[in-house]
Amino acid sequence: MANDKSGMQLVVNGILSENPIFRLALSMCPAVGISTTVMNGLMLGIAVLFVQVFSSVTISIFKNVIHPRIRIPTYTLTIATWVTVIDLVLAALLPDAYAKMGIFVKLIVAFAIITMRLEMFACKESVKDSFWDGLGMGLGFMVGMVVIGFVRELLGSGAILGYDVLGFKPLLFFILPSAGFFVVGLMMAFFNWIELYYKRSKG
Amino acid sequence: MMTLDKIHFTLIAALLFCLVPVLGHGEGLITGQSFAGDNEIVVSFSTPLDKGTAEDPGNYTVFEEPDPDIRLQLESATLADDGKSVSLLFEEPLNMIRTHIVSIAGLPGQEKTTFKVSKSYLGYLFSILISALLINNFVFTKYLGLCVFFGTSKRKSTAKGMGVVFTLVIVAASLMSWFFYQFILVPYNLNFLQILVFIGLVSLTVQAVDTILRKVNPILFNSFGVYLVLVIANCVIIAVPLILANNNYNVFETLMLSLGAGGGFLLALYLMSSVSERMELANIPPTFKGLPIAFIVAGQFAMAFLGFSGLQIF
Repeated sequence: MANDKSGMQLVVNGILSENPIFRLALSMCPAVGISTTVMNGLMLGIAVLFVQVFSSVTISIFKNVIHPRIRIPTYTLTIATWVTVIDLVLAALLPDAYAKMGIFVKLIVAFAIITMRLEMFACKESVKDSFWDGLGMGLGFMVGMVVIGFVRELLGSGAILGYDVLGFKPLLFFILPSAGFFVVGLMMAFFNWIELYYKRSKG
Repeated sequence: MMTLDKIHFTLIAALLFCLVPVLGHGEGLITGQSFAGDNEIVVSFSTPLDKGTAEDPGNYTVFEEPDPDIRLQLESATLADDGKSVSLLFEEPLNMIRTHIVSIAGLPGQEKTTFKVSKSYLGYLFSILISALLINNFVFTKYLGLCVFFGTSKRKSTAKGMGVVFTLVIVAASLMSWFFYQFILVPYNLNFLQILVFIGLVSLTVQAVDTILRKVNPILFNSFGVYLVLVIANCVIIAVPLILANNNYNVFETLMLSLGAGGGFLLALYLMSSVSERMELANIPPTFKGLPIAFIVAGQFAMAFLGFSGLQIF
């Protein structure tokens, strides 16, 4: 099954039209749980990007060897291996940031988005295309996390990346954990609104 | 039903057996000891004590049971007016989950008296359950398992099915993970394989439940089988083994945590599905239809669950 999209198109596809957080609505746990600051979002985004790219490439290389009946356990174990790698690397290199993310790095293993991309894309396409698709999905997840983190950090503590921008704290509520649900819900409503607006102006 | 009752009794008997060593202390001169506040231990005696000996902090040594090398710093010791009880104030708050060992020197008749201070173990187990169920509900305060949560909370019947299947699987999977962690990963220093082993065990449990249920009770399988696939996509099921490995829980604590996590998920699903059924009748703006409104409702539940944060029963 050949893929007619170029590498660049696959990356853009992952960031915009098939964004894992806003469009596919997968992997919501981290989007709500730890997106309180841009930095947290960025860190987890990088971890997911790493796992997604390497798992996609691994599965794509071995796609002809894996028996279809055991493909799901194979995906799970492949992801778990790469998650272990990034988990140990982050704990050793960036202990402070790692402590803030808590259990979420280890939980990447249960993120639906990675398994779904392996099942839908990497097990059919060439290694090169799988690499670009993984990169696009990982970047899309990272962009989503950073956008949510940006809104919450700006409104909650008046700062971006720890630097005070506004000089005051508009709504402390946004850094409280439960605000994650509201921010994600309102953003999805916003994307829906844009979609409905375009449909109406066309039709 | 009889077998279930028997299991119940054995469980309670086992729990009571754990309590015996805790209740056994405090004979002789010392009649009672307990935690009074965040940083206070109160000890009562059968006879009045000498004020000089009892109020000298140097006569006391206090440490947590697992680390005898770390002596806790005593701020002051105060004798009550009747001379029969001493309250020990510490500089830092005590970790009340741990058993504390207190030794007193210079008491009449004995050179040194040593006794243990601890909370009731049953109460502690119960507090783990309540904590996982309400205070740290995995869905509303830890934000785990959201994909499955939003997917299966549309109808009450689906919510119940998913919640029950999930609770069964998580209890089985956590107990197995606990066994592997304690008896294989820890003794052979294989801690870095945690993620790999736990996710493997979870998939194995799901597959096993699927196969057994299909053979043993096909009717139950027809109504609940569809949810089994979803269980594996739920972050909670991998989060619980990781938490119990982190905190080095024993088998009773593991059971309570997994029951609480499963029950909490069932509770969250049931609450959410009750609202979802009502929402179908409401007039929701088209931009908010579907997931956006579900997220906002979940946010309101999360705020309500914040109210449990101060809850302390034992």
